[in-house]
Amino acid sequence: MGAVTTKTEEVQENYLNAEYGWKSWLFTTDHKRIGLLYLVSITLFFFLGGLFALLIRLDLLTPPGDMMSSEAYNKMFSMHGIIMVFFFLIPSIPAVLGNFVIPMMIGARDVAFPRLNLLSWYLFNIGGLCMLYAVVNGGVDTGWTFYPPYSSNFSNTNVAMAVTAIFIAGFSSIVTGLNFIITIHTMRAPGMTWFRLPLFIWSLYATSLIQVLGTPILAISLALVAAERLLHLGVFDPAYGGDPVLFQHIFWFYSHPAVYIMVLPSMGVVSELIPTFARKIIYGYKVVAAASVAIAIFSFLVWGHHMFVSGQSIFIGMVFSLLSYAVAIPSAVKVFNWTATLYKSSVSFQTPMLYAFGFIGLFTIGGLTGLFVAALGVNIHVTDTYFIIAHFHYIMVGGAVMGYLGGIHYWWPKISGRMYPEIWGKLAALTIFVGFNLTFFPQFILGYLGMPRRYHAYPPEFEMLNVLSTAGASILGVGYILPLIYLAWSMRYGEKAGPNPWFATGLEWRTPSPPPKKNFLETPVVTWEAYDISGQPDLVERLHNEDRIYKSALQAEERKREELGVETPAEGA
Amino acid sequence: MPERIVTVNVYAKILAVLLILTATTCAVSYIDMGRMNLVVMVLIACAKASLVALIFMHLRYSRHLMSIVAVGALFWLGILVALTLGDYLTRGWQ
Repeated sequence: MGAVTTKTEEVQENYLNAEYGWKSWLFTTDHKRIGLLYLVSITLFFFLGGLFALLIRLDLLTPPGDMMSSEAYNKMFSMHGIIMVFFFLIPSIPAVLGNFVIPMMIGARDVAFPRLNLLSWYLFNIGGLCMLYAVVNGGVDTGWTFYPPYSSNFSNTNVAMAVTAIFIAGFSSIVTGLNFIITIHTMRAPGMTWFRLPLFIWSLYATSLIQVLGTPILAISLALVAAERLLHLGVFDPAYGGDPVLFQHIFWFYSHPAVYIMVLPSMGVVSELIPTFARKIIYGYKVVAAASVAIAIFSFLVWGHHMFVSGQSIFIGMVFSLLSYAVAIPSAVKVFNWTATLYKSSVSFQTPMLYAFGFIGLFTIGGLTGLFVAALGVNIHVTDTYFIIAHFHYIMVGGAVMGYLGGIHYWWPKISGRMYPEIWGKLAALTIFVGFNLTFFPQFILGYLGMPRRYHAYPPEFEMLNVLSTAGASILGVGYILPLIYLAWSMRYGEKAGPNPWFATGLEWRTPSPPPKKNFLETPVVTWEAYDISGQPDLVERLHNEDRIYKSALQAEERKREELGVETPAEGA
Repeated sequence: MPERIVTVNVYAKILAVLLILTATTCAVSYIDMGRMNLVVMVLIACAKASLVALIFMHLRYSRHLMSIVAVGALFWLGILVALTLGDYLTRGWQ
């Protein structure tokens, strides 16, 4: 017995204990370590962006907006937006979870260009430091969209530094996308055909296409803003012969697809969670995979719906409105397929699955209100109101962040080798769901009633809904801090996870947790279809054994009842 | 697929052609052809860009997939230009 205990307690070499010291992290080319480096960086930015959100909500607690000046408020919402979009949401799932799991999911030992991968993390942090400099040097007040003339002749804040920061961070995004595309094309394990790829890979492939095709355009638009400010080049400023609406065209050509950089990876996570926790093959695999690519392509054709009241022509407004409805089709296909997968499945309500359910519900509300605002007439009524704020937060927080947290919990056993405490996980998921809805649902009503965005003073009749929203934000804040605490705790004290605690079918679960430095002890060969548990006899056997343990526990309980003379509850009661 | 080795001679010739085309662009700017000036300039620029992509960037010697990537990128730029012009050219449309 002693010998067995020693054997099980023997610590296997893995990516965490293979090397020690700060150099082994800062100069690593291991995709898993780079994923964790990104996790640290973006978590810092998430809480900084969250701090600005907190200040915004506190100021909106009372109608006169007496906590800060209008200028300070402008800076708060601008920096909240810039940091959350460019320094948290865009890198969130791709750079953290994508980096960690993509090579393992396709059976590779690393990404195609490991050193470029490390470079992308450095670029991200250099961009981040530039942004922090802009923040402490007085901030930016243009809104996250940098529209001229706010960002040109009407702004005396750190616009040039902030756009430089995003310019640099953008290259990190391009490099990551490029790396993933090439990795997925060239490094799949034997037998891992395109239609055996997990749907998370399809989603991140589509995301990477957007990153590579769109981000350079963002870089160009921001470089032109900087050039106009510093060199007085006439591009957007009518005084120099430019046109401010041109900026909106170029900016949204990237920034609308960027919404899908944020939400497509979350859809990928949900496509992993649902088959795993419903114990069923996903319904319509090929359609869900194709929907990811379709969303990526359509996303480039709809940007003008951000500009219905900008003065663009009515004709192109109608074209963009129609195309915007088209993008709803692949999104709805996904939602219907996830729901169809759940039909007659055996669902277990563990924490990641709670986030998946949260995602489906909140993304659906966000998506359907997206159809409201894609309609030309309704759009004019709700443009620049809290309706828009609520709509995109349902997509970006209700969708993207829910998926990100679901993914973090799902792959946490693989990342750390330990289980997080399930009860705390469920509590946090529930807190976030309640807090989120309390924060953002009242904003739909506020917006519909006409409260404009980006103002910190409002008429007293809007007070109640704003108080509700601020109360929700405080609950949401608690919900976000909880995982930070218990995940950190679990790294040392959590129960050991084993290679595959979820009985999941992906290749990443067929290697120890935490994985060895080179991911697999031997190159895996794939002989089964995606999510098909029957293709992996060892997994089926484990499931049967678990089932036997479960059944014998039930029988033992029944015998105990009989001994005590307690009546067994009638079936179906 | 083995990387094809392109001789220095080829690069030198292409460099010469690019320099000649640059000189042509400068020369054309001294001749007033009205709106045709712009057309000629853009055509020369496209020719130069194509030479750089095909020879210096080895597109000519790479797999077809690379060409698809390059054409795809141009197509995406085309989407940006086309739909933006779709606004500017129809501002008077009722």
